[in-house]
Amino acid sequence: MSNTIAGAPSSGGAAKVSKINEVVIRIAGNSQDGIQAIGGFLARLAGRSEQEVMTFMTIPSTISGGPSIFQVRIGSGEVLTSGDEADVLLCFYQHSYEGHINSLRKKGIVLYDTDHVVPKPEWETDYHHVGIPISSLTVEAIGGTAKDKGKNIYALGLIAKMFDLNVSKLEKLLGERFTGKDPSILSNALAAFHAGYSNSPSNVIETFQITDSQKKGVQQVVMNGNEAIAYGLIAAGVRFGAAYPITPWTDIMEIMRRELPKYGGSFIQCEDEIASVSMAIGASFAGRVAVTGSSGPGIALKTEAIGWAVMAEMPLVVVNVQRGGPSTGLPTQIEQSDLNIAINGGHGDAPRVVLAPANVEDCFYMSIEAVNIARKYNTPVFFLTDQGIATRIEAFPQPDLEKVCQDITPDFTPVASHKPYDLAAKDGVTPHVKPGTRILDGKYPIATGLEHDEYGHPSGSPKVHMLQNAKRRKKLQALGATLPLPKIYGPSEGNVLLVGWGSTEGPIREAVDRFRAAGDSVSAIHLRYVNPLPNGLENIFSGFNHVFVVEMNDEGLYGYGQLGAVLRARYCDAKLQGINKTDGLTWKVKEIVELVKAKAKK
Amino acid sequence: MSQTLTEKPIVPISVTDTASGERKGLTKKEIAADHPTWCPGCGDFSILALYFKLIEKRKLWHEKITTISGIGCSSRFPYFVQAHGAHFIHGRALPFASGVSLSRPDLHVFAFSGDGDAFSIGGNHFTHTARKNIKMTLVVMDNQVYGLTKKQTSPTSPLGFKSKTDIWGAVDYPINPSKQAIAVGASFVARTTSSNPNHVLATMEAAMDHDGFSFVHCLSECVEFYEGAFDSANPRKGGAFNEVPKSHDVTDEHAAYKLASADFPGNFGVLYKVNKPTKNAREAEINASFQSKFTGLKDWQILQKTFDRMK
Repeated sequence: MSNTIAGAPSSGGAAKVSKINEVVIRIAGNSQDGIQAIGGFLARLAGRSEQEVMTFMTIPSTISGGPSIFQVRIGSGEVLTSGDEADVLLCFYQHSYEGHINSLRKKGIVLYDTDHVVPKPEWETDYHHVGIPISSLTVEAIGGTAKDKGKNIYALGLIAKMFDLNVSKLEKLLGERFTGKDPSILSNALAAFHAGYSNSPSNVIETFQITDSQKKGVQQVVMNGNEAIAYGLIAAGVRFGAAYPITPWTDIMEIMRRELPKYGGSFIQCEDEIASVSMAIGASFAGRVAVTGSSGPGIALKTEAIGWAVMAEMPLVVVNVQRGGPSTGLPTQIEQSDLNIAINGGHGDAPRVVLAPANVEDCFYMSIEAVNIARKYNTPVFFLTDQGIATRIEAFPQPDLEKVCQDITPDFTPVASHKPYDLAAKDGVTPHVKPGTRILDGKYPIATGLEHDEYGHPSGSPKVHMLQNAKRRKKLQALGATLPLPKIYGPSEGNVLLVGWGSTEGPIREAVDRFRAAGDSVSAIHLRYVNPLPNGLENIFSGFNHVFVVEMNDEGLYGYGQLGAVLRARYCDAKLQGINKTDGLTWKVKEIVELVKAKAKK
Repeated sequence: MSQTLTEKPIVPISVTDTASGERKGLTKKEIAADHPTWCPGCGDFSILALYFKLIEKRKLWHEKITTISGIGCSSRFPYFVQAHGAHFIHGRALPFASGVSLSRPDLHVFAFSGDGDAFSIGGNHFTHTARKNIKMTLVVMDNQVYGLTKKQTSPTSPLGFKSKTDIWGAVDYPINPSKQAIAVGASFVARTTSSNPNHVLATMEAAMDHDGFSFVHCLSECVEFYEGAFDSANPRKGGAFNEVPKSHDVTDEHAAYKLASADFPGNFGVLYKVNKPTKNAREAEINASFQSKFTGLKDWQILQKTFDRMK
């Protein structure tokens, strides 16, 4: 990190102004303090200033309250992760101070609320402490009726001053956020903000300016992964969905329930997970390619019906926002341990597609791709994200919606005849003819979970079962042949290749950058298509001495994580090894670096 | 704007239609598909025949009917009907049918189920589909025994019924399907029995015409595993077929509940029928109120408005 915050006390006088390329700010408090709101304002401001931004948050799984953090990294260059270490720690309570001081880099700045935090002398040499009575000054600024309310906005003012943020843009954001019935809410927010902004504590020794973005002139949108999926599905033309609430999937159903009526669609809250997937499949059968989604145990409950959709060859998108498992597991923490259930979940041989977006922008565009694969191949498509990508906010160039949005209104043009499970179909891909479509020869299809003949009528014939199994398999093989190989990050030959999937692309790339800066020969690829895999990965692997599969899941009985085992099975290559962890937190760059070093030595 | 869920799709007229564009109603031969796999003498044959008759009588076309089922003897139904259909997983025909109903207002949605499928494994869905008043007709062909798996106790088996899972006689209290349906909010509840064909047809027709979730509890004897179960409802076997009294007010929930509580074989006919908004109608209302705010905008322009607030 070049031109970063110095933080060391200077020899008195006015605060100096330093130019920086990026900053990592961690805000620690309790979940009801509105710290997500401060982080959200900062992220949105960065997006509007054409800067790159990435956030990270933790939420307690308790019903109300509990410690919570929000970390935001803003940069004028490429931002790959939310940052291993913070430059600034803003803490509201003693527990926030003591619990998060370790996440601050040495010589970083602690901004603390002197009303609740007593600094520890032994830390005052390592970190530059700036104490401000945030709670009481907020009460002073806006009148102290509601205890502690508004102190987050006061703190936002402090940060705005410290980093010379664009005040008029922030005022506009506050105005947008607090438009509502009661104008006093906005005037209070603005009063708190300006009180914070005009506070100049005597021991602030340095203020900062983030350099201008390298992406000038790019219109950006700012959202988290769950929002990007909901809007991606809407752009794809999905007009029906059904689900049951479960963390961290729930936001997607809330957004779609609220938004779909604008487009003449409906999202239905069902009595349980099984009803949700069944209802979505029913709508897909009826011609409205539908979505269901869930997390953790909810996915397990849906697997029987997903198997039906494989057998009956129905399009369906299943969003799986992974969390820690098994069972109720770690409801609000990150893990990538549902790859096995996504690829294989359920009984019998039931091939289906699994896609894994790597960032928030992918969540938007790959949702559309998921819908189109489901429609083309008439198969369920798993869309695997995780708690980290679901809640992390990123800015990305605004999509050209006129081009991107699809109309997938079903077609009911009569057909002369129809074999829903035609064994002679090219690549095994047969169209789905929806109810409402007249079939002129008078022979109508039955969508079925029983093994069936080409018309969908039950058949227990061994030959038919083998042929239909092959048909369902061949569709996915045909899809696999069309998939692009991932681009190699770094040179295509070297000592170590890191292989990742899902939300871990940022920290893996940053690890590669660190290795290469130190002269080590490390490259990486990131798989977005997990089942089927694209063909030709073996040619990439052959350029390296070691291939390490980096995953947030357990190393398993035989020493490989879930993707690692799939790659081992396909390529039988002894140089494929696993780098795994299950601590419920996103990868830190230094963790990857250390594990790779240890593994490469063996 | 793409076609909405609440618009009825336009189905083009086929070239094989008569010059005037009129289509004749279907014949039984055109509606029948596979030969049923039920045992000879099964009550389900009668219900299938009367479903064909209903389609003939009401001039429904293949493509306008959707026949949906779960798992069980009764649930083989869709294979025997020459129309779009789905044979779904055990117990889940109702949510599947709900997906069809809520996304396709132009279709007649019929679900056929058995006592195990509807009240045991699918019990939760029976409750919630009825409560939400999703427009469809559910016919439960109740034989009071598991037939497909060969004689185990069902949730409607009477106390003392000897099955392979209760060799000493059933010990669990049976469900009364009509009482349950009324209690959870079904807006149409009727009882009939496969041994009275005219009554079955009239009941199914009334159910189809009901705007809401219509539930037909139809006794259907399993001659293999529970022979004679419904003799007491069959005058030809010495029983009595008692219709719902003419004086009964079908909109009176308490009276309906009381009537449904009568000892077996009880009364046949419509026990309960009220008109209340369906979920289909409620969702359409929500959509209409939202869409009125975006008149004239294409879908991408509506999404653009949302994205403009996310900058």
